[in-house]
Amino acid sequence: MKINSDMLGKVLTMGAALLAIVSTIVIIIFISTKGLSTFINTGISVKEFLFSTTWFPDRAVEDGGPQVGVLAFLLGSIIVSLLAVLVSAPLSIACAVFIQEIAPFWGQRLLQPAIEILAGIPSVVYGYIGLSLLAPFIRNNIGGLGFSVLAGFLVLSVMILPTIVSVSTDTLRALPQEWKEASYALGSTRWQAIRLVLLPAARSGLVTGIVLGLARAFGEALAVQMVIGNTRKIPSSILDPVITLTSAITMDMGNTPMGSLWNNALWTMGLLLLLISCCFILIVRFVARRGGITS
Amino acid sequence: MSARLADKVATIVFWACALMVIVILGSMIGYILYHGGKSIDWDFLTKPPQVIQAGGGIGPQIFNSFYLLVLSMLFTIPIGLLGGVYLAEYARNSRLTEIIRLCIETLNSLPSIVVGLFGLLVFVNMTGWGYSLMSGALALTVINLPLMVRFTEEAVQGVPDSLREASVALGANRWQTIIKVVLPCAFPGLVSGAIITSGRVFGEAAALLFTAGMSSPALDFSQWNIFNSSSPLNPFRPAETLAVHIWKVNTEGLIPDLRRVADGSAAVLILIVLGFNLSARWLGRKIYRHMTAT
Repeated sequence: MKINSDMLGKVLTMGAALLAIVSTIVIIIFISTKGLSTFINTGISVKEFLFSTTWFPDRAVEDGGPQVGVLAFLLGSIIVSLLAVLVSAPLSIACAVFIQEIAPFWGQRLLQPAIEILAGIPSVVYGYIGLSLLAPFIRNNIGGLGFSVLAGFLVLSVMILPTIVSVSTDTLRALPQEWKEASYALGSTRWQAIRLVLLPAARSGLVTGIVLGLARAFGEALAVQMVIGNTRKIPSSILDPVITLTSAITMDMGNTPMGSLWNNALWTMGLLLLLISCCFILIVRFVARRGGITS
Repeated sequence: MSARLADKVATIVFWACALMVIVILGSMIGYILYHGGKSIDWDFLTKPPQVIQAGGGIGPQIFNSFYLLVLSMLFTIPIGLLGGVYLAEYARNSRLTEIIRLCIETLNSLPSIVVGLFGLLVFVNMTGWGYSLMSGALALTVINLPLMVRFTEEAVQGVPDSLREASVALGANRWQTIIKVVLPCAFPGLVSGAIITSGRVFGEAAALLFTAGMSSPALDFSQWNIFNSSSPLNPFRPAETLAVHIWKVNTEGLIPDLRRVADGSAAVLILIVLGFNLSARWLGRKIYRHMTAT
């Protein structure tokens, strides 16, 4: 009996862990099958899908036939999430350094719990604050409609802040104390120690945090959809409205019949999101393996 | 610039960044609670919403959110717990472990809308359940499983090896050691982890649009037969959660008192999520104190 319970335990826990593999594979297979039907059933080429901005998913054949080029959506996602990271990364890393090096007592007592709370705020609430506070502010004080690239990346940059801060803080905490002490012993100031020793040593962890933040920004759907205006045009200024892959899926998935080209194109956009998020994971693993300064 | 001056400037910049983050956080929460507080009253919390008239509440949405939370945690907690125990106790540095970790990482960073699409395909369409609480709960399980696994792994790894050795020395096998010694010892961490994961479930919306649906049928709270379609407990009925409701009223813009409903709902959502967060810390610490008698 004893041996049996031991075996049973091992099999049960292993089964649960294997479920992670199974669900990942099943998700990839199902989304791919559905997403690839745009190319297989309708004969639209991958190149045309990715690099064309003509989006007439329900145009009649007499008028030139349907076309599904998602470049405008893809560029929208890239612009909004890259800008969000550009704003958020320096601020987040500064916060992590503050928590760990400048004011550990205040940082760990006040700022770290605050960041964790920030991480728990639901994305629709961020979206709603963007919609009811930020967008009108931009419209009245800066210009444009308010629903814009600017509103989108500001909302996202606050949303991804906790992700980057917590990964960066963990990395800084894991650095050996002696390195900092050695740097002080050589006569460097605290800023010199941070800039020349700690940040370079933590480089791979910081990059990991930034890539995870980017991934989160890229995949975020509802908050972005609420504030960017959802106009399918490549924006010429940050006050222009824009559209992203996620916001297009959110808005149209429910209104298009299953199996239609429009609907299939949305699934292909979902597949694109899946592939991009897998790329982010591979980048993170590559960076982690390369490491920063290792002993 | 002299090194000393640069150091001073840098310190000021770091303080400014930290203060800025606190101000952003504080003003956001303050804004939501101030505006929302004005519209929260008993009627608002209990009455069903109105479609085109003013004066609707969010009663069914609050109920749906909690019910969905319970359903999804019924799957997430046992599977996450077992998976986490495997990684912490049994897994060696093998190819298999590497693949499991890679998959958990992948699941963790999948955009929730992609999980929603997967749920639409498999749980909504293939099973024939349609938009339902069950589909939503399973989609949420996919999203939260990685988190629960990680919390469990951390909590279990925090248990000192001397306890395991003592248990094995007394003749217990591995599984008995895990059940009787390791898991009770990791309990405070597990409770905090489960509550934090629950908080995430509560705020999730994108994955639910296509799984649990964006509507709530008229519920009869005196109907406790779970197979009846108007029963609140029927897991195969569509259900709109609070987070989805906030998104829907804002994008549809049909009701005249939109601001009141949206402000109130956002405040309720924030309060509940904050409640989860604070109780996770408090309960974890309390159980820990209780167990270690310090």
